[in-house]
Amino acid sequence: MKNLLSAADLSKSQIVSLLDLAHEMSDVNDREIKKLPILRGKTVVNLFFEDSTRTRISFELAAKRLSADVINFAAKGSSVSKGESLKDTAQTLEAMGADAIVLRHASSGSAYRLAHSGWVDSVVINAGDGSHEHPTQALLDAMTIRESLIENPIGSDLSGKRVLIVGDISHSRVARSNLILLQELGATVATCGPATLVPRSLEPAGGIFYSLDRAISEFEPDVVLMLRIQNERMEASFFPTEREYSRIWGMNVDRLGRLKPEAIVLHPGPMNRGLEIDASSADSERSRILNQVSNGVSIRMAVLFQLLSGEKESA
Amino acid sequence: MSKRTVLSSDDIRRAITRIAHEILEQNRGTEDLLLLGIPTRGIQIATRIAEVIKEHSGSEVSVGSIDVTMYRDDLAEQPTRTVGVTNIPKTGVGGKTVVLVDDVLFSGRTIRAALDALNDHGRPSAVRLAVLVDRGHRQLPIRADYVGKNLPTALSERISVRLSEVDGIDEVVIED
Repeated sequence: MKNLLSAADLSKSQIVSLLDLAHEMSDVNDREIKKLPILRGKTVVNLFFEDSTRTRISFELAAKRLSADVINFAAKGSSVSKGESLKDTAQTLEAMGADAIVLRHASSGSAYRLAHSGWVDSVVINAGDGSHEHPTQALLDAMTIRESLIENPIGSDLSGKRVLIVGDISHSRVARSNLILLQELGATVATCGPATLVPRSLEPAGGIFYSLDRAISEFEPDVVLMLRIQNERMEASFFPTEREYSRIWGMNVDRLGRLKPEAIVLHPGPMNRGLEIDASSADSERSRILNQVSNGVSIRMAVLFQLLSGEKESA
Repeated sequence: MSKRTVLSSDDIRRAITRIAHEILEQNRGTEDLLLLGIPTRGIQIATRIAEVIKEHSGSEVSVGSIDVTMYRDDLAEQPTRTVGVTNIPKTGVGGKTVVLVDDVLFSGRTIRAALDALNDHGRPSAVRLAVLVDRGHRQLPIRADYVGKNLPTALSERISVRLSEVDGIDEVVIED
C-alpha cells in the first residue's frame, strides 16, 4: 500500500490490522511523553483546499505525535488564490522535501489524480475529495463502533453489527467511504434520508429508508451515523425547509429512546445542532462524537506509520 | 539445514529459576520491582520469572510488556513490522527497578530501542536486563545482568527460542 485514496484500497485484513495498530497508538495519549520517534526526519504536508478544523488538526497532531515535521497549507492566503494549479502547488511542496501529502480538495478524484499522474513521488493520503471519499473518517468510525460495541476489539471485525447512515447520502464522502469500509468489515448497512438525497444506485444490504422512524423500528440499528447537511455542496433545494428535515430525519431524544439499549450515535462533525441532531442527543451518553475525535488522531497515526515507515516498495 | 537442541525444557526451567533467584538476591526482595517483557517471547519469560519469585518469596511482582518496534533504528531498511503490545502497569515505571526481559540477546539493538522506549514512559531508578540466551555478536555496548545460558554461535546460525505458551513446546534450537 503506497497511498490511501479510497476505502476500497483496503482489504478486510488490512483494515483490521490498521484498527489494531490505532488501538496501540491510542495508548500514547496516556504516557508521560506523548510522542513516538518513528517518523523523525519525515515531512508531512497538509494540503487543504477546503476549510477544515478537525481533520487538519487531527492529521497535524497525528504526524507530530510520530515526530514528523508538519507543514500546514491552506489555499486561502496562498499562491492558489493567485491562480496556481494543484499540480504546481504539489510539485512545489515536494521540491521542498515533502514525504507525504495529505490532500483535502473540493473536486472528487483530486487525490487519485495527484497520486497517479506522475506529478509527485510522495505518499498521498486522501483527507476528503469533493463528494467522493474520506477514508480515514470511515476508519475512525469503524474504530469507534468496534470499541463501543465489542468487548475484545483487538483482531475483531464488525460482522453482525447493523449500521444506519442518515442524511445527505448523495453529497457525502463520509457516507460513501463508510458504506465501502463497514460492509467490507462485515457490517449490515442501511441508508436513510430524503428521496432527493439518497441515491438508488447504491444498494446497501440493509436497504433504503425514507423515514427515520421507520428505519429505527424496522432496521433496528446498533449504530446510527448522522451526516451533516452540507449547505456548501447543495446547489438546489433538496428538502422544503430545515424544520421539516429536522422533524422527519433529525435525531432527537424521542427517537434516541426508541433505539436498542446498547445502540450508539455517531456524527462526523461539524454538527448543525438543531438540524440533523438536537443538542440533548448530541450530548447524551449514547453519543460517541468525542470518541470519534480522539480515535481520529490514533487512526491517522496508524495510517501515517503504515505508509511512511518501512522500506519503499519498489515500483 | 541442520538443527540441534541446545536447551531442553528442563534446562529452560532451571535457567529461569536461577534468574529469578538472582533478581531477588540483587534487589533484596521484591520491593519496587517491575518486570517488563519485550514482545513476543520476552513476555512469557517475564511471567515465568514472576511466578518463581512468587513461589519463593510469597510476594507478587508486577509484570508488563514494552514494545520496541517504533524505536528501532532499522525501520527504514525493513518491511513494515507488526507492532506488539505495550502494557505498563498503572503504577508506572518512575522510581522502579525495571528488569527488561528478552529471549535472545544478539546485536543489542533491541535493548537500545527498549531503553529509549522506557525513557518515554518515565524515569526508573534502575534498569537491568535479563535474557534467556546470550549468543554474542554485540554491535553496541550493552550487556545482560542475568543470563540463562551463554551460547557462543556463528553469525550464520539462527537461534530459535520456543515456549509452550506460544509454540506448544519448550526448547532452544540452533539452525544453520
